[in-house]
Amino acid sequence: MTESDVAVVGFAQAPNVRATHGTTNGVEMLVPVFDELLDGTGLSKKDIGFWCSGSSDYLAGRAFSFIAAIDAIGAFPPINESHVEMDAAWALYEAWVKIRTGEVDTALVYGFGKSSAGELRRTLAMQLDPYFVAPLWPDSIAVAGLQARLGLESGLFGEEQMAQVAARSRADARQNPNAQVSGEERVADLLEQPYVADPLRAHDCAPITDGASAVLLASADRARELRDRPAWITGLEHRIESAQLGGRDLTASPSTSDAAGAAGAAGVEVAELHAPFSHQELLLRAAIGLDDSVRISPSGGALCGNPMFAAGLSRIGEAAGRVWSGEAGKVLAHATSGPALQQNLVCVMEG
Amino acid sequence: MTETSEPLSAPLEVGFDYTRSLGSVLGRFATALRQRRITGVRGSDGRVHVPAVEYDPNTFEPLDELVDVGSEGTVLSWSWAPQPLEGQPLEHAFGWALIRLDGADTPLLHAVDAGTSDGMRTGMRVRARWAAEPTGGIRDIACFDPVDGDAPPQPPAPPDADEQVTTLTTPIHLHYQHSASPEESRYLRGLAEGRLLGQRCPACAKVYIPPRGACPTDGVPTEEEVELPDTGIVTTFCIVNVPFLGQRIKPPYVAAYVLLDGADIAFLHLVLGCAAEDVRMGMRVRAEWKPRAEWDSTLQNIDHFTPTGEPDAPYESYAHHL
Ligand SMILES: [Zn+2]
Repeated sequence: MTESDVAVVGFAQAPNVRATHGTTNGVEMLVPVFDELLDGTGLSKKDIGFWCSGSSDYLAGRAFSFIAAIDAIGAFPPINESHVEMDAAWALYEAWVKIRTGEVDTALVYGFGKSSAGELRRTLAMQLDPYFVAPLWPDSIAVAGLQARLGLESGLFGEEQMAQVAARSRADARQNPNAQVSGEERVADLLEQPYVADPLRAHDCAPITDGASAVLLASADRARELRDRPAWITGLEHRIESAQLGGRDLTASPSTSDAAGAAGAAGVEVAELHAPFSHQELLLRAAIGLDDSVRISPSGGALCGNPMFAAGLSRIGEAAGRVWSGEAGKVLAHATSGPALQQNLVCVMEG
Repeated sequence: MTETSEPLSAPLEVGFDYTRSLGSVLGRFATALRQRRITGVRGSDGRVHVPAVEYDPNTFEPLDELVDVGSEGTVLSWSWAPQPLEGQPLEHAFGWALIRLDGADTPLLHAVDAGTSDGMRTGMRVRARWAAEPTGGIRDIACFDPVDGDAPPQPPAPPDADEQVTTLTTPIHLHYQHSASPEESRYLRGLAEGRLLGQRCPACAKVYIPPRGACPTDGVPTEEEVELPDTGIVTTFCIVNVPFLGQRIKPPYVAAYVLLDGADIAFLHLVLGCAAEDVRMGMRVRAEWKPRAEWDSTLQNIDHFTPTGEPDAPYESYAHHL
């Protein structure tokens, strides 16, 4: 590893739950998450060179909600801090760049969202083109349903494969103490369930989740001090597609393909995919070129807990954990933001 | 921790009419809608995009050539909305669809009034149903109807309106359940009893009112409850001379930071009961409470602060709170 290399050295998350009593600024969720993350490394908050977060005012229903979250850090005396109005995986990208410039040698990245405060599927209509699409209030499940049917009717996958994704995710989530949904399901039983928005059934859609997560990044020197087997970031890329839903091929994910190619995804053993809908996992696997030998989302993935603005960052933390434990040598984490997989980030890590 | 009951929460309604400038290309698309026509824009590769886009999605070149497309088209994909949400095009179950209009190459997202999901299929033909009163926006298309059904009566032709639509107003209304933190909830419940409850940070011992979910210096929740008196000093202030929407008293008046005795953070309130020009930094003030019958769980239980007539606090005693 060279001096400009950066590794993921810490990860903590709040339990993924349907609703918390907490505030929309996430302070109550973040204080214990930061404590857990720093306890594991021996660092204190004063040792962190850069803080960066992902969250959304639309989720909180008020302006500048991320400012209040900074109380959880203890931001006086002043700190070095930034924010993205996207999943915190994109905040991690900013932090990665910050360390690579040599300006800081540690960065703590966090994301949080209290989805239960509002009406999530309606709030997410605010992500759409504000001129001629959002005024119709298409909700997030409706838009995902249009994408799923395109895949189903073009023969890319079937409803049974979608149900298999849900069944596997829930089975894997039994090993994840932070998962919101888990259990043993028979695919045949899932296919008996009614549609919530034809062609999507409840198990095809991620649950509404309150949650937060945090990841610690370190420069090469610090990473070796902080962890025996750091998860070195060997590729980190993100790409975006048109804001015009009709202008995109919704059955492919060219932005994911491009990001994965540029990040060097070939040969990964484990892939944590941020797929809030079952069919999106199938589209992402094809876009990245993952074959059946790759272990997909052993955490249970977003179908078993989808804290908005933290779920993508959690994929990076979960994938890094497989490197720390020695379970895998090369892993991939994917995060998405925007409607129907509009924006995609791929992070490749190696032990 | 002094918290024993659940945090307070209340509905929070957020509403805003977003007003957007359209520019030339989107403006002409909206203008056509008001005239009950649908247009697209021709892309660099000759494909026609509907709705019109200002830049080519592939080459990023600016686009300018508007072309008329049909008001009938073909459904490329659909999903079913069994229970429509507030703001959506129809109030009964309907289908969302990606519709490629005749003469267009990219599909438009809109609603199809198909009765039941059995009435929807990929490849079906649909026709625009126009809104009775066009305004120059996508809602001028009320929804689409299956072409094989009975054609619904169309509204009379729109008035001749040659003037281009230049702005678009979209009302956005979102509903939330806002929760106070456990610490804030103690404070708000205290106000309902006429008590001013702060809390002390376990790390730096500063007393915050309202208390904090986390101390901004130490990042830990405040814990120990501290009841504060309703007397304090003005640390800084401004004289409000400008009228604004929602103002409840007539200018000029004084908005001031009031630091209660024993607190380490000031809050904003009104200072009345003397001429505005007589208010000073360091001036001692006390709360004027509203009649008890008017109390609720807000700081508005204190109508304003008023001078006590005591000697001013020396500058050094509050300089570190500025
Ligand atoms: Zn403190």
